[in-house]
Amino acid sequence: MNKQSNVYTLIYIIVLVVVVGAALALISNALKSRQIENANADKMSQIMAAAHIDYAKGDVIKAFDQYITDQLVVSATGDIEAQGNDCAFNINVEAMSKTANIQERQLPVYVCTLANGSVKYILPCYGAGLWGPIWGYIAVDSDGSTIYGAYFAHEGETPGLGAEIEKPAFQDQFNSSLHMFKNGSFYPIEVVKAGQKPLDDADYVDGISGGTITSKGVGAMINNCIAPYQAFLESLSKK
Amino acid sequence: MAEKVNLKEVFFNPFSKNNPVVVQVLGICSVLAVTAKLEPAIVMGLSVIAVLAFSNVIISLLRNTIPTNIRIIVQLVVVAGLVVIVSQVLKAYAYDVSKQLSVFIGLIITNCILMGRLEAFAMGNKPWPSFLDGVGNGIGYSIILVITGFFRELLGSGTLLGYQVVPDWCYEHGYVNNGLMILPPMALIVVACIIWVQRANNPDLQEK
Repeated sequence: MNKQSNVYTLIYIIVLVVVVGAALALISNALKSRQIENANADKMSQIMAAAHIDYAKGDVIKAFDQYITDQLVVSATGDIEAQGNDCAFNINVEAMSKTANIQERQLPVYVCTLANGSVKYILPCYGAGLWGPIWGYIAVDSDGSTIYGAYFAHEGETPGLGAEIEKPAFQDQFNSSLHMFKNGSFYPIEVVKAGQKPLDDADYVDGISGGTITSKGVGAMINNCIAPYQAFLESLSKK
Repeated sequence: MAEKVNLKEVFFNPFSKNNPVVVQVLGICSVLAVTAKLEPAIVMGLSVIAVLAFSNVIISLLRNTIPTNIRIIVQLVVVAGLVVIVSQVLKAYAYDVSKQLSVFIGLIITNCILMGRLEAFAMGNKPWPSFLDGVGNGIGYSIILVITGFFRELLGSGTLLGYQVVPDWCYEHGYVNNGLMILPPMALIVVACIIWVQRANNPDLQEK
């Protein structure tokens, strides 16, 4: 047989690709359930990181069940649409953040009860950095205004520059000195260049020098994803 | 030529005399990227050994059937398939490590050591010598990775595999971890030191 003929080459590559493709599909199917478990545990650890919860390594699911005492899905008008049963956990935050009409969004809320009994509300957000997606969780005090903590992560921001958003130096700026309701108006936290101030009265944190686009992405993400919670947070402040 | 290979040399040469990293200077980019801690360095080393050994065997088995004009494509398909398998297995059984290694597991596909061994050895040799060649080169690569990871984690973080090894009283007496060791440039300098030591011990390698 002529191994250099076009027909041989074509058949060879088709058979090879089909065999490799089938093998990959089989392996992906066999490992899928374990991978989903791992991804869920990772998501839980990120949610708890926003509320500064400490737990032993390997106890993620146990700690999540212990501290995240309730889950809510709210609408932009502040109505509670669903409660409990992992209803918030199952919502695709990425899809919600891209729904232009905020009235159509389903907004997940994790209710977290800390060891000392105080209640925090953890709100997820999702947006775009420089190279890829960024996401995070913001924990709010039970007054609906004061920030308790935040966690940010990214897929592939520049190490040393944009990637610094996942470091404590940036995340620790989100603390109780920030308030979202000021003089009756609602301002999501802004991210500005170090040394500058936002144009309105909003509370702000310093962005990362050299990571301007990622910092702006964080600001835009907070604005896009936290603003729809205004009605819900207002209802908390009136409690 | 296939009958004359010395199996011992095929397996042990890549450890030192013909090391893929410090002699052939291949695969440097992943050495810079994954050696800030020892654990990812070890996992990366094991992954490369597995991918290199199996892709060498598969290509060696297929070597007489592969049409020469698409041989690079065939090699890439085999390597890419194996790399995806490794990355899927890591995601299922070592999620944290797979998060740390993230893109670098995928980048094994473009690791020059793999293409080099497939093209230079597996295409012309039987499966068993090819397997030894793959494992040998994988180990040669891993040795450098682990040595670099060892020094970078020890001096940069004061830990090994995440366990603190620099005692507390050192810190109390003013010892400070060298933050520079965690940054990529120090990987190059550590590798350069390894090359220096190795050349000093192997007169054959010294250029006149």
